Amino acid sequence: MSPILYAATGAVLVGIGVFGLLARTHLLRRILAFNVIGSGIFLAFGGLGSRGPGSGVDPVPQAIVITGIVVALAATALAVTLVTRLFEETGAVTLPGEHPAEGPDAS
Amino acid sequence: MTAALVFDLSLCLLIAAVALAAVLADDLFTAIVLFIVYGLLAAIAWVRLDAIDVALAEAAIGAGLTGLLLVGAAARLGGRGAPPAAGRTPWRLLGKAAPAALCVAAAAALVVLVLALPDDAPGLRPLVAETIAASGVTNPVTAVLLNFRGYDTLLETIVLAVALVGVWSLTPDRDWGSVPGARQHARPDGVLATFGRLLPALGLLVAAHLLWAGADAPGGAFQAGTVLAAVWLVVVMAGVLPAPATADTRVRLLLVAGPAAFLGFGAVGAAGGVFLGHPAGAAKATILAIETALTLSIAATLGLLVLGVPRRPA
Repeated sequence: MSPILYAATGAVLVGIGVFGLLARTHLLRRILAFNVIGSGIFLAFGGLGSRGPGSGVDPVPQAIVITGIVVALAATALAVTLVTRLFEETGAVTLPGEHPAEGPDAS
Repeated sequence: MTAALVFDLSLCLLIAAVALAAVLADDLFTAIVLFIVYGLLAAIAWVRLDAIDVALAEAAIGAGLTGLLLVGAAARLGGRGAPPAAGRTPWRLLGKAAPAALCVAAAAALVVLVLALPDDAPGLRPLVAETIAASGVTNPVTAVLLNFRGYDTLLETIVLAVALVGVWSLTPDRDWGSVPGARQHARPDGVLATFGRLLPALGLLVAAHLLWAGADAPGGAFQAGTVLAAVWLVVVMAGVLPAPATADTRVRLLLVAGPAAFLGFGAVGAAGGVFLGHPAGAAKATILAIETALTLSIAATLGLLVLGVPRRPA
C-alpha cells in the first residue's frame, strides 16, 4: 500500500508545481516550481517502481532517478545564472511582457 | 491501521503541504527555506521506499545544493521580487482561480491514473538479480549506474560539464577566466572559519567512505562527489582557501578527467567488442577506478556550478 501512497503524492506534487509555474511570475519562484514538478515525478517513478515481486524500489528506476536529480541540478544552475544575468543587465526578475506584480492584472 | 501506514500518510500530507507552502509563500526567502525543508522530507520518503541511494542524492543535491543555488541567487537579486500588496480585482482572482482549478483537476487525474495501474508489474528486478553476480559489485544501483546502463551515467557527466560551459558562457567579457563567486568575509576566529578548518577532514572521510562503500552498500560517485563539493564550498566560504580562477588549466583538467576516463574506458571496451564493456573478473576494479575519477570531476563541476559565473579578478 505505502509505495502507491508515495506515487500518488508524487502526482499531487506535479499539480502543485505546475500551479507554481503558471501562477508565479518571479523567475526564481518558477525555477523552484520546476524543481517541485521534477521531484514529484521522481517520487511517482519510485513509488511505481516498488510494485511487483521483491522488496524495495526496482534498482533501474533508482539509478535513473539519481541521474535525474543530478541533471535537474545542472538545469537549475544554468537557469539561476540566466536569471541573475537578466537581473544584472535589465533589473528585471520576470520575463518581458509580464507585469512585475504577481498575476495578470497589469493596470 | 498500522503505525507504519499512519507515518506514511502523515509524511505524504506534510510533503504536499510544505511544497504548497513553498509555492504560495509571499516572501521569496521564506519560499526557498520551505523548499529546502521539502527536499529533506522527500529524502525521508525515499528512505521509507527503501531507496537509500536516492535518499542520499535527494538530501545532498535536491535539497542541499539546489537550496544553496536559490539562496545565493535571491541574495544577489537583493530585495527584488517581494510581491506588491495583492489587490482583489475580479481579474486577479480569475487569473489565479483558473490555473488553480486546472492544476487540481490535472493532479486528481494523475492520482487516479497512478492508483489504476496494475499491482503486479514485473519490472527489471529479476533481471538485475540474475546478472548482478557478473557486474563486479553487489549494490544493484551501482551495478545499473556503472555497468548495465553505463551510457546514462556517461552522458549525465557530460551534461554536467556542458551545463558548466553554459553557465560560464554567460560571463561578461571583462570577467572571462576570473574567479567565480562573491568575495568572502569570514571572521578568522569565527564559527564559520573554525567550521571551514574542521569540516574538511570529516567530509573527506565521509566522501571516501561513500565512494568505497558504494560497491556493496548505498553510496557511490554522485553522493561522494556531492559531499566533496559541499566540503569545498564550505572551505571557500570560510575563506580558508580562495576559489580558483576559471582560466586555470588544472581546474579545466579536473573538470574533464571523469568524463574523459569514462570515455577512454568505453573506447578500450569498444576495441574489445563492447563499448563501455567491463573485462570479465576485473569489473570491480574498473568500476571503482572510473568512480574515483568521476567523484573528483563531479565534485569540481558541482562546486563551480554553485559558485556561478566568474566575476572578480584572481
